[in-house]
Amino acid sequence: MSSNEIPSREVARRVFADEFNDAAFTFKESDDDRAPVYALLPTGGKANRVFFVGTLTEKDDVGEDNEYWRGRIVDPTGTFFVYAGQYQPEAASTLRDLEPPAYVAVVGKPRTYETDDGGVNVSVRPESIQVVDAATRDRWVVETAERTVDRIGAFDDEGNEYARMAREEYDLPTDRYVESAVSALESVEESDGDALGVGGDADADLQPEP
Amino acid sequence: MSDLRTHAAEIAEQFSDHLEVTDDEVEDRLRNLVEEYRVPVEEARRSVINSYLDEAGLEREELGRGGNEEIRLADIDQDEQWVDATAKVVELWEPRSDSVAQVGLLGDESGRTKFIAFETSDLPELEEGAAYRLGNLVTDEYQGDFSVKLNRTTTIEKVDEEIEVGDDAVSVEGALVDIQSGSGLIKRCPEEGCTRVLQNGRCSEHGDVDGEFDLRIKGVLDDGETVYEVIFGRETTEELTGITLDEAQQMAKDALDTTVVVEEMRADLLGTYYRVSGPELGRYVLADAVERLTERADPEAVLIKARSI
Repeated sequence: MSSNEIPSREVARRVFADEFNDAAFTFKESDDDRAPVYALLPTGGKANRVFFVGTLTEKDDVGEDNEYWRGRIVDPTGTFFVYAGQYQPEAASTLRDLEPPAYVAVVGKPRTYETDDGGVNVSVRPESIQVVDAATRDRWVVETAERTVDRIGAFDDEGNEYARMAREEYDLPTDRYVESAVSALESVEESDGDALGVGGDADADLQPEP
Repeated sequence: MSDLRTHAAEIAEQFSDHLEVTDDEVEDRLRNLVEEYRVPVEEARRSVINSYLDEAGLEREELGRGGNEEIRLADIDQDEQWVDATAKVVELWEPRSDSVAQVGLLGDESGRTKFIAFETSDLPELEEGAAYRLGNLVTDEYQGDFSVKLNRTTTIEKVDEEIEVGDDAVSVEGALVDIQSGSGLIKRCPEEGCTRVLQNGRCSEHGDVDGEFDLRIKGVLDDGETVYEVIFGRETTEELTGITLDEAQQMAKDALDTTVVVEEMRADLLGTYYRVSGPELGRYVLADAVERLTERADPEAVLIKARSI
Protein backbone atom coordinates (compact mmCIF):
# COMPACT_ATOMS: atom_id res chain seq x y z
CA MET A 1 0.00 0.00 0.00
CA SER A 2 1.43 3.37 -0.93
CA SER A 3 1.53 6.19 1.60
CA ASN A 4 -0.40 8.68 -0.51
CA GLU A 5 -3.46 6.50 -0.58
CA ILE A 6 -6.70 7.88 0.85
CA PRO A 7 -6.96 6.54 4.39
CA SER A 8 -9.34 3.65 4.15
CA ARG A 9 -12.52 3.61 6.14
CA GLU A 10 -12.38 1.65 9.37
CA VAL A 11 -14.30 -1.62 9.38
CA ALA A 12 -17.27 -1.85 11.76
CA ARG A 13 -16.33 -4.84 13.93
CA ARG A 14 -18.84 -7.36 15.22
CA VAL A 15 -18.61 -7.93 18.94
CA PHE A 16 -21.11 -8.97 21.60
CA ALA A 17 -21.85 -6.64 24.51
CA ASP A 18 -20.07 -8.77 27.12
CA GLU A 19 -16.79 -8.69 25.22
CA PHE A 20 -17.22 -5.07 24.17
CA ASN A 21 -17.66 -3.94 27.77
CA ASP A 22 -14.44 -5.75 28.71
CA ALA A 23 -12.49 -3.89 26.00
CA ALA A 24 -11.24 -1.12 28.28
CA PHE A 25 -7.73 -0.87 26.82
CA THR A 26 -7.30 1.55 23.91
CA PHE A 27 -4.31 2.24 21.70
CA LYS A 28 -3.10 4.01 18.57
CA GLU A 29 -0.91 2.56 15.84
CA SER A 30 0.85 5.78 14.90
CA ASP A 31 1.98 9.00 16.60
CA ASP A 32 -0.16 11.14 14.34
CA ASP A 33 -2.70 13.19 16.32
CA ARG A 34 -5.42 12.14 13.95
CA ALA A 35 -4.48 8.47 13.97
CA PRO A 36 -7.47 6.26 14.79
CA VAL A 37 -7.92 5.05 18.37
CA TYR A 38 -8.67 1.36 18.71
CA ALA A 39 -10.32 -0.56 21.50
CA LEU A 40 -8.47 -3.82 22.09
CA LEU A 41 -10.89 -6.75 21.97
CA PRO A 42 -10.17 -9.45 24.59
CA THR A 43 -10.51 -12.18 21.93
CA GLY A 44 -7.68 -10.57 19.93
CA GLY A 45 -8.80 -7.83 17.58
CA LYS A 46 -9.02 -4.08 17.29
CA ALA A 47 -12.11 -1.95 16.87
CA ASN A 48 -12.28 1.70 15.88
CA ARG A 49 -15.88 1.22 14.84
CA VAL A 50 -18.57 -1.32 15.76
CA PHE A 51 -21.90 -2.37 14.30
CA PHE A 52 -24.45 -4.03 16.54
CA VAL A 53 -28.15 -4.81 16.65
CA GLY A 54 -30.09 -5.20 19.86
CA THR A 55 -33.14 -4.17 21.80
CA LEU A 56 -33.38 -0.62 23.01
CA THR A 57 -34.83 -1.14 26.49
CA GLU A 58 -34.46 2.31 28.04
CA LYS A 59 -33.56 5.82 27.03
CA ASP A 60 -32.89 8.78 29.29
CA ASP A 61 -31.92 12.36 28.76
CA VAL A 62 -29.03 12.57 31.21
CA GLY A 63 -27.82 16.00 30.03
CA GLU A 64 -27.81 18.99 32.32
CA ASP A 65 -27.92 22.06 30.08
CA ASN A 66 -28.12 20.33 26.72
CA GLU A 67 -29.87 17.18 25.67
CA TYR A 68 -27.63 14.18 26.19
CA TRP A 69 -29.34 10.88 25.51
CA ARG A 70 -28.28 7.57 26.99
CA GLY A 71 -29.69 4.40 25.51
CA ARG A 72 -29.43 0.87 26.87
CA ILE A 73 -29.29 -1.65 24.05
CA VAL A 74 -29.39 -5.28 24.99
CA ASP A 75 -28.02 -8.27 23.06
CA PRO A 76 -28.07 -11.92 24.20
CA THR A 77 -24.88 -11.43 26.24
CA GLY A 78 -25.25 -8.03 27.91
CA THR A 79 -25.94 -4.34 27.47
CA PHE A 80 -24.37 -1.73 25.21
CA PHE A 81 -24.52 1.83 26.50
CA VAL A 82 -24.79 4.52 23.84
CA TYR A 83 -24.49 8.24 24.47
CA ALA A 84 -25.58 10.85 21.92
CA GLY A 85 -25.56 14.61 22.38
CA GLN A 86 -25.41 17.73 20.24
CA TYR A 87 -22.49 16.45 18.18
CA GLN A 88 -24.45 13.34 17.19
CA PRO A 89 -27.66 15.12 16.16
CA GLU A 90 -29.08 12.30 14.05
CA ALA A 91 -28.57 9.62 16.66
CA ALA A 92 -29.76 11.94 19.43
CA SER A 93 -32.98 12.72 17.61
CA THR A 94 -33.57 9.03 16.89
CA LEU A 95 -33.21 8.25 20.61
CA ARG A 96 -35.50 11.15 21.52
CA ASP A 97 -38.23 9.89 19.18
CA LEU A 98 -37.98 6.15 19.82
CA GLU A 99 -40.32 4.30 22.12
CA PRO A 100 -38.61 1.31 23.79
CA PRO A 101 -38.62 -1.59 23.40
CA ALA A 102 -37.44 -1.60 19.78
CA TYR A 103 -34.85 -3.44 17.73
CA VAL A 104 -32.19 -0.99 16.66
CA ALA A 105 -29.02 -1.20 14.56
CA VAL A 106 -26.18 1.02 15.72
CA VAL A 107 -22.97 2.07 13.97
CA GLY A 108 -20.62 3.82 16.31
CA LYS A 109 -17.23 4.34 17.89
CA PRO A 110 -16.03 2.78 21.13
CA ARG A 111 -15.40 5.30 23.92
CA THR A 112 -13.92 4.69 27.35
CA TYR A 113 -14.21 6.78 30.49
CA GLU A 114 -12.83 6.39 33.96
CA THR A 115 -15.28 6.03 36.78
CA ASP A 116 -14.90 7.67 40.19
CA ASP A 117 -13.69 4.41 41.69
CA GLY A 118 -10.89 4.15 39.11
CA GLY A 119 -12.53 1.58 36.85
CA VAL A 120 -13.02 2.05 33.11
CA ASN A 121 -16.41 1.93 31.47
CA VAL A 122 -16.81 1.31 27.76
CA SER A 123 -19.61 2.91 25.81
CA VAL A 124 -20.56 3.71 22.22
CA ARG A 125 -20.73 7.10 20.54
CA PRO A 126 -23.24 6.41 17.79
CA GLU A 127 -22.88 7.58 14.19
CA SER A 128 -26.33 6.25 13.38
CA ILE A 129 -29.18 4.44 15.11
CA GLN A 130 -31.97 2.94 13.02
CA VAL A 131 -34.96 0.77 13.80
CA VAL A 132 -34.68 -2.69 12.20
CA ASP A 133 -36.65 -5.92 12.24
CA ALA A 134 -36.21 -9.17 14.17
CA ALA A 135 -34.67 -10.98 11.17
CA THR A 136 -31.91 -8.37 10.98
CA ARG A 137 -31.26 -8.77 14.70
CA ASP A 138 -31.02 -12.58 14.36
CA ARG A 139 -28.69 -12.25 11.39
CA TRP A 140 -26.45 -9.96 13.45
CA VAL A 141 -26.35 -12.41 16.35
CA VAL A 142 -25.28 -15.29 14.09
CA GLU A 143 -22.75 -13.13 12.24
CA THR A 144 -21.28 -11.75 15.46
CA ALA A 145 -21.03 -15.23 16.98
CA GLU A 146 -19.12 -16.34 13.88
CA ARG A 147 -16.71 -13.39 13.97
CA THR A 148 -16.15 -13.94 17.70
CA VAL A 149 -15.53 -17.66 17.28
CA ASP A 150 -13.14 -16.93 14.38
CA ARG A 151 -11.16 -14.50 16.54
CA ILE A 152 -10.95 -17.03 19.35
CA GLY A 153 -9.97 -19.76 16.88
CA ALA A 154 -7.03 -17.60 15.77
CA PHE A 155 -6.11 -16.52 19.31
CA ASP A 156 -3.16 -18.89 19.62
CA ASP A 157 -1.91 -18.39 16.06
CA GLU A 158 1.70 -17.37 15.74
CA GLY A 159 1.99 -13.70 14.85
CA ASN A 160 -1.47 -12.76 16.11
CA GLU A 161 -0.43 -9.36 17.39
CA TYR A 162 -3.76 -8.36 18.95
CA ALA A 163 -4.06 -11.69 20.77
CA ARG A 164 -0.60 -11.08 22.20
CA MET A 165 -1.68 -7.60 23.34
CA ALA A 166 -4.88 -9.03 24.83
CA ARG A 167 -2.86 -11.54 26.85
CA GLU A 168 -0.69 -8.72 28.17
CA GLU A 169 -3.45 -6.22 28.92
CA TYR A 170 -6.28 -8.44 30.11
CA ASP A 171 -6.51 -11.42 32.39
CA LEU A 172 -9.55 -12.77 30.62
CA PRO A 173 -9.69 -16.36 29.41
CA THR A 174 -11.41 -16.57 26.01
CA ASP A 175 -13.60 -19.51 27.12
CA ARG A 176 -16.20 -17.16 28.53
CA TYR A 177 -16.73 -15.56 25.12
CA VAL A 178 -17.13 -18.96 23.47
CA GLU A 179 -19.78 -19.77 26.04
CA SER A 180 -21.65 -16.52 25.52
CA ALA A 181 -21.48 -16.93 21.72
CA VAL A 182 -22.91 -20.45 22.05
CA SER A 183 -25.77 -19.32 24.29
CA ALA A 184 -26.48 -16.38 21.95
CA LEU A 185 -26.74 -18.81 19.02
CA GLU A 186 -28.97 -21.12 21.04
CA SER A 187 -31.29 -18.22 21.83
CA VAL A 188 -31.68 -17.53 18.08
CA GLU A 189 -32.28 -21.23 17.44
CA GLU A 190 -35.06 -21.32 20.03
CA SER A 191 -36.77 -18.07 19.09
CA ASP A 192 -39.39 -17.92 16.36
CA GLY A 193 -37.49 -15.11 14.82
CA ASP A 194 -40.23 -12.55 15.25
CA ALA A 195 -40.68 -12.22 18.99
CA LEU A 196 -39.31 -9.04 20.49
CA GLY A 197 -37.73 -10.99 23.30
CA VAL A 198 -34.90 -9.49 25.26
CA GLY A 199 -32.32 -12.22 25.58
CA GLY A 200 -29.61 -12.61 28.14
CA ASP A 201 -29.56 -13.41 31.80
CA ALA A 202 -30.84 -11.38 34.69
CA ASP A 203 -27.68 -9.44 35.38
CA ALA A 204 -27.28 -8.41 31.73
CA ASP A 205 -28.93 -5.19 32.82
CA LEU A 206 -26.06 -4.18 35.05
CA GLN A 207 -23.20 -2.18 33.61
CA PRO A 208 -20.41 -4.75 33.85
CA GLU A 209 -17.43 -3.88 35.97
CA PRO A 210 -14.33 -3.48 33.83
CA MET B 1 19.82 -28.77 -29.80
CA SER B 2 16.09 -28.72 -30.53
CA ASP B 3 16.06 -25.76 -28.16
CA LEU B 4 17.99 -23.63 -30.65
CA ARG B 5 15.71 -24.87 -33.39
CA THR B 6 12.68 -23.57 -31.46
CA HIS B 7 14.27 -20.18 -30.90
CA ALA B 8 15.23 -20.02 -34.58
CA ALA B 9 11.68 -20.78 -35.69
CA GLU B 10 10.29 -18.07 -33.40
CA ILE B 11 12.72 -15.47 -34.69
CA ALA B 12 12.09 -16.39 -38.33
CA GLU B 13 8.37 -16.08 -37.70
CA GLN B 14 8.79 -12.62 -36.15
CA PHE B 15 10.60 -11.38 -39.26
CA SER B 16 8.47 -13.22 -41.77
CA ASP B 17 6.70 -9.99 -42.80
CA HIS B 18 9.93 -8.10 -43.29
CA LEU B 19 12.74 -10.35 -44.45
CA GLU B 20 13.35 -13.55 -46.34
CA VAL B 21 14.85 -15.65 -43.60
CA THR B 22 14.57 -19.35 -43.09
CA ASP B 23 14.64 -21.27 -39.84
CA ASP B 24 17.91 -22.86 -40.95
CA GLU B 25 19.71 -19.56 -41.46
CA VAL B 26 18.65 -18.29 -38.09
CA GLU B 27 19.61 -21.54 -36.44
CA ASP B 28 23.07 -21.39 -37.99
CA ARG B 29 23.64 -17.91 -36.64
CA LEU B 30 22.45 -18.90 -33.18
CA ARG B 31 24.52 -22.07 -33.19
CA ASN B 32 27.61 -20.15 -34.16
CA LEU B 33 27.26 -17.79 -31.21
CA VAL B 34 26.25 -20.42 -28.69
CA GLU B 35 28.66 -23.18 -29.65
CA GLU B 36 31.66 -21.37 -31.09
CA TYR B 37 31.66 -18.30 -28.90
CA ARG B 38 30.01 -19.67 -25.74
CA VAL B 39 27.35 -16.96 -25.67
CA PRO B 40 24.33 -17.75 -23.45
CA VAL B 41 21.24 -18.61 -25.49
CA GLU B 42 19.21 -15.56 -24.42
CA GLU B 43 22.06 -13.23 -25.33
CA ALA B 44 22.57 -14.99 -28.64
CA ARG B 45 18.90 -14.64 -29.40
CA ARG B 46 19.01 -10.95 -28.62
CA SER B 47 22.06 -10.43 -30.78
CA VAL B 48 20.57 -12.29 -33.76
CA ILE B 49 17.29 -10.36 -33.49
CA ASN B 50 19.19 -7.08 -33.39
CA SER B 51 21.16 -7.92 -36.49
CA TYR B 52 17.96 -8.79 -38.39
CA LEU B 53 16.36 -5.55 -37.14
CA ASP B 54 19.29 -3.66 -38.67
CA GLU B 55 18.94 -5.56 -41.88
CA ALA B 56 15.24 -4.78 -42.12
CA GLY B 57 15.66 -1.20 -40.92
CA LEU B 58 13.19 -1.69 -38.10
CA GLU B 59 12.94 -0.51 -34.52
CA ARG B 60 12.52 -3.22 -31.92
CA GLU B 61 9.06 -1.89 -31.02
CA GLU B 62 7.85 -2.11 -34.57
CA LEU B 63 8.64 -5.75 -34.88
CA GLY B 64 5.49 -7.67 -35.51
CA ARG B 65 5.35 -9.74 -32.41
CA GLY B 66 3.97 -12.74 -34.16
CA GLY B 67 4.23 -14.60 -30.91
CA ASN B 68 1.71 -12.48 -28.98
CA GLU B 69 -0.93 -14.38 -27.22
CA GLU B 70 -4.52 -13.62 -28.14
CA ILE B 71 -5.81 -13.13 -24.63
CA ARG B 72 -9.19 -13.03 -22.94
CA LEU B 73 -9.47 -9.79 -20.96
CA ALA B 74 -10.35 -11.53 -17.71
CA ASP B 75 -7.20 -13.66 -18.00
CA ILE B 76 -4.85 -10.68 -17.80
CA ASP B 77 -2.95 -11.24 -14.60
CA GLN B 78 0.53 -9.88 -15.29
CA ASP B 79 2.04 -6.46 -15.68
CA GLU B 80 3.88 -5.46 -18.88
CA GLN B 81 2.88 -8.34 -21.11
CA TRP B 82 2.44 -7.90 -24.85
CA VAL B 83 -0.94 -9.26 -25.85
CA ASP B 84 -3.50 -9.22 -28.64
CA ALA B 85 -7.21 -9.05 -27.97
CA THR B 86 -10.48 -8.91 -29.81
CA ALA B 87 -12.85 -6.70 -27.88
CA LYS B 88 -15.72 -4.29 -28.02
CA VAL B 89 -15.42 -0.69 -26.82
CA VAL B 90 -18.01 -0.78 -24.05
CA GLU B 91 -17.62 2.79 -22.86
CA LEU B 92 -15.51 5.83 -23.63
CA TRP B 93 -14.71 8.16 -20.76
CA GLU B 94 -13.70 11.78 -20.68
CA PRO B 95 -9.87 11.85 -20.56
CA ARG B 96 -8.65 13.64 -17.42
CA SER B 97 -5.38 14.72 -18.99
CA ASP B 98 -4.33 16.28 -22.29
CA SER B 99 -1.80 13.52 -22.85
CA VAL B 100 -4.58 10.94 -23.01
CA ALA B 101 -6.24 10.50 -26.39
CA GLN B 102 -8.84 7.97 -25.34
CA VAL B 103 -9.75 6.09 -22.18
CA GLY B 104 -12.58 3.71 -21.46
CA LEU B 105 -13.64 0.12 -21.06
CA LEU B 106 -13.04 -2.78 -23.42
CA GLY B 107 -15.15 -5.89 -23.08
CA ASP B 108 -15.11 -9.43 -24.39
CA GLU B 109 -16.88 -12.65 -23.42
CA SER B 110 -14.73 -12.98 -20.31
CA GLY B 111 -15.21 -9.51 -18.85
CA ARG B 112 -14.18 -5.89 -19.00
CA THR B 113 -10.85 -4.10 -18.76
CA LYS B 114 -9.90 -0.45 -18.77
CA PHE B 115 -7.88 0.74 -21.75
CA ILE B 116 -5.93 3.89 -22.37
CA ALA B 117 -4.42 5.41 -25.54
CA PHE B 118 -2.01 8.33 -25.43
CA GLU B 119 -1.87 11.29 -27.79
CA THR B 120 1.78 10.55 -28.60
CA SER B 121 0.85 7.16 -30.06
CA ASP B 122 -1.14 8.91 -32.79
CA LEU B 123 -3.66 6.11 -33.28
CA PRO B 124 -6.99 6.08 -35.11
CA GLU B 125 -9.92 6.73 -32.76
CA LEU B 126 -11.94 3.85 -31.39
CA GLU B 127 -15.71 4.14 -31.57
CA GLU B 128 -17.97 3.29 -28.69
CA GLY B 129 -19.90 0.09 -29.36
CA ALA B 130 -17.59 -1.12 -32.15
CA ALA B 131 -15.51 -4.30 -32.02
CA TYR B 132 -11.81 -4.39 -32.88
CA ARG B 133 -8.96 -6.80 -33.22
CA LEU B 134 -6.18 -5.08 -31.30
CA GLY B 135 -2.60 -6.24 -31.80
CA ASN B 136 0.36 -5.34 -29.58
CA LEU B 137 -1.30 -4.09 -26.42
CA VAL B 138 0.71 -3.82 -23.24
CA THR B 139 -0.82 -4.83 -19.93
CA ASP B 140 -0.56 -2.58 -16.91
CA GLU B 141 -1.32 -2.99 -13.25
CA TYR B 142 -2.37 -0.50 -10.59
CA GLN B 143 -3.18 -1.64 -7.06
CA GLY B 144 -4.17 -5.06 -8.26
CA ASP B 145 -6.36 -3.83 -11.12
CA PHE B 146 -5.23 -4.66 -14.63
CA SER B 147 -5.65 -2.52 -17.72
CA VAL B 148 -4.24 -2.42 -21.24
CA LYS B 149 -2.32 0.38 -22.90
CA LEU B 150 -2.41 1.03 -26.60
CA ASN B 151 0.93 2.22 -28.02
CA ARG B 152 2.20 3.37 -31.38
CA THR B 153 2.84 -0.19 -32.55
CA THR B 154 -0.70 -1.23 -31.73
CA THR B 155 -2.63 -2.47 -34.73
CA ILE B 156 -6.33 -1.65 -34.83
CA GLU B 157 -8.61 -3.56 -37.14
CA LYS B 158 -12.35 -3.11 -36.97
CA VAL B 159 -14.13 -6.46 -37.00
CA ASP B 160 -17.67 -7.19 -37.93
CA GLU B 161 -18.48 -9.35 -34.95
CA GLU B 162 -21.11 -9.05 -32.29
CA ILE B 163 -19.24 -9.48 -29.02
CA GLU B 164 -21.35 -10.42 -26.06
CA VAL B 165 -19.59 -8.66 -23.22
CA GLY B 166 -19.20 -10.96 -20.27
CA ASP B 167 -20.36 -10.28 -16.79
CA ASP B 168 -17.41 -9.96 -14.46
CA ALA B 169 -19.57 -8.71 -11.65
CA VAL B 170 -18.55 -9.21 -8.08
CA SER B 171 -21.07 -9.96 -5.42
CA VAL B 172 -20.65 -8.51 -1.95
CA GLU B 173 -22.69 -8.81 1.24
CA GLY B 174 -22.87 -6.88 4.43
CA ALA B 175 -24.76 -4.43 6.58
CA LEU B 176 -25.30 -0.98 5.09
CA VAL B 177 -23.43 1.05 7.70
CA ASP B 178 -23.29 4.44 6.02
CA ILE B 179 -24.80 6.55 3.26
CA GLN B 180 -22.26 9.17 2.27
CA SER B 181 -22.60 12.78 1.23
CA GLY B 182 -23.53 13.22 -2.42
CA SER B 183 -26.37 10.70 -2.02
CA GLY B 184 -30.12 11.09 -2.42
CA LEU B 185 -31.54 13.73 -4.74
CA ILE B 186 -28.58 15.25 -6.56
CA LYS B 187 -28.01 17.53 -9.53
CA ARG B 188 -25.70 16.70 -12.38
CA CYS B 189 -23.98 18.98 -14.87
CA PRO B 190 -26.05 19.14 -18.10
CA GLU B 191 -23.04 19.81 -20.36
CA GLU B 192 -22.60 17.30 -23.16
CA GLY B 193 -20.53 14.34 -21.95
CA CYS B 194 -20.20 15.76 -18.42
CA THR B 195 -22.21 14.10 -15.69
CA ARG B 196 -20.39 15.54 -12.71
CA VAL B 197 -22.41 15.97 -9.54
CA LEU B 198 -22.87 19.65 -8.71
CA GLN B 199 -21.71 21.08 -5.40
CA ASN B 200 -23.90 24.04 -4.44
CA GLY B 201 -25.05 24.40 -8.03
CA ARG B 202 -21.49 24.43 -9.40
CA CYS B 203 -19.78 21.92 -11.65
CA SER B 204 -16.06 21.58 -10.96
CA GLU B 205 -15.46 21.78 -14.73
CA HIS B 206 -18.19 24.07 -16.10
CA GLY B 207 -18.94 26.41 -13.18
CA ASP B 208 -22.50 27.57 -12.44
CA VAL B 209 -24.94 25.53 -14.48
CA ASP B 210 -28.62 24.68 -14.39
CA GLY B 211 -28.29 21.10 -13.17
CA GLU B 212 -30.45 18.09 -13.91
CA PHE B 213 -31.95 16.11 -11.04
CA ASP B 214 -30.88 12.52 -10.51
CA LEU B 215 -30.95 9.92 -7.76
CA ARG B 216 -28.05 7.94 -6.44
CA ILE B 217 -26.67 6.46 -3.24
CA LYS B 218 -23.02 6.19 -2.27
CA GLY B 219 -23.28 3.54 0.39
CA VAL B 220 -20.92 1.52 2.54
CA LEU B 221 -21.48 -2.20 3.01
CA ASP B 222 -19.51 -3.76 5.83
CA ASP B 223 -19.32 -7.44 6.78
CA GLY B 224 -17.19 -6.94 9.89
CA GLU B 225 -13.99 -7.80 8.01
CA THR B 226 -14.09 -5.71 4.84
CA VAL B 227 -15.62 -2.42 3.78
CA TYR B 228 -17.21 -2.15 0.32
CA GLU B 229 -18.07 1.21 -1.18
CA VAL B 230 -21.08 0.80 -3.40
CA ILE B 231 -22.66 3.22 -5.86
CA PHE B 232 -26.33 2.77 -6.65
CA GLY B 233 -27.44 4.60 -9.78
CA ARG B 234 -30.94 5.91 -10.34
CA GLU B 235 -32.55 2.58 -11.19
CA THR B 236 -31.11 0.59 -8.30
CA THR B 237 -31.75 3.52 -5.93
CA GLU B 238 -35.41 3.60 -6.96
CA GLU B 239 -35.65 -0.15 -6.56
CA LEU B 240 -33.94 -0.12 -3.17
CA THR B 241 -35.85 2.79 -1.66
CA GLY B 242 -39.17 2.62 -3.50
CA ILE B 243 -38.76 6.37 -4.10
CA THR B 244 -38.85 7.41 -7.76
CA LEU B 245 -37.05 10.45 -9.09
CA ASP B 246 -40.42 12.24 -9.51
CA GLU B 247 -41.44 11.45 -5.96
CA ALA B 248 -38.06 12.58 -4.65
CA GLN B 249 -38.44 15.92 -6.46
CA GLN B 250 -41.92 16.31 -5.00
CA MET B 251 -40.61 15.54 -1.50
CA ALA B 252 -37.89 18.15 -1.92
CA LYS B 253 -40.40 20.70 -3.25
CA ASP B 254 -42.75 20.15 -0.30
CA ALA B 255 -39.94 20.48 2.22
CA LEU B 256 -38.11 23.26 0.33
CA ASP B 257 -35.04 21.14 0.95
CA THR B 258 -33.40 18.36 -1.08
CA THR B 259 -31.81 16.71 1.97
CA VAL B 260 -35.17 15.28 3.14
CA VAL B 261 -34.70 12.63 0.45
CA VAL B 262 -31.39 11.28 1.72
CA GLU B 263 -32.66 11.48 5.30
CA GLU B 264 -35.60 9.28 4.45
CA MET B 265 -33.25 6.87 2.65
CA ARG B 266 -30.96 6.67 5.67
CA ALA B 267 -33.88 5.90 7.96
CA ASP B 268 -35.09 3.17 5.60
CA LEU B 269 -31.87 1.44 4.72
CA LEU B 270 -29.16 1.84 7.35
CA GLY B 271 -28.44 -1.12 9.58
CA THR B 272 -29.95 -3.64 7.18
CA TYR B 273 -28.13 -6.43 5.36
CA TYR B 274 -27.86 -6.48 1.57
CA ARG B 275 -26.22 -8.42 -1.22
CA VAL B 276 -25.06 -6.24 -4.09
CA SER B 277 -23.61 -7.34 -7.41
CA GLY B 278 -22.07 -5.37 -10.22
CA PRO B 279 -18.74 -4.53 -11.82
CA GLU B 280 -15.91 -3.15 -9.74
CA LEU B 281 -14.50 0.18 -10.75
CA GLY B 282 -11.55 1.39 -8.74
CA ARG B 283 -12.64 1.33 -5.12
CA TYR B 284 -16.34 1.18 -5.95
CA VAL B 285 -18.76 -1.59 -6.75
CA LEU B 286 -21.33 -0.27 -9.23
CA ALA B 287 -24.58 -1.89 -8.18
CA ASP B 288 -26.39 -3.61 -11.06
CA ALA B 289 -28.51 -5.67 -8.72
CA VAL B 290 -29.36 -5.38 -5.06
CA GLU B 291 -31.17 -7.78 -2.82
CA ARG B 292 -32.12 -7.42 0.80
CA LEU B 293 -30.99 -10.44 2.82
CA THR B 294 -34.15 -11.70 4.40
CA GLU B 295 -33.58 -15.42 4.61
CA ARG B 296 -33.64 -16.65 8.16
CA ALA B 297 -30.25 -16.60 9.85
CA ASP B 298 -29.06 -20.14 10.46
CA PRO B 299 -27.08 -20.55 13.68
CA GLU B 300 -26.33 -24.28 13.16
CA ALA B 301 -23.05 -24.05 11.27
CA VAL B 302 -21.62 -21.47 13.67
CA LEU B 303 -22.74 -23.54 16.69
CA ILE B 304 -20.79 -26.50 15.33
CA LYS B 305 -17.73 -24.29 14.87
CA ALA B 306 -18.08 -22.79 18.36
CA ARG B 307 -18.48 -26.15 20.04
CA SER B 308 -15.37 -27.50 18.33
CA ILE B 309 -13.13 -24.92 20.03
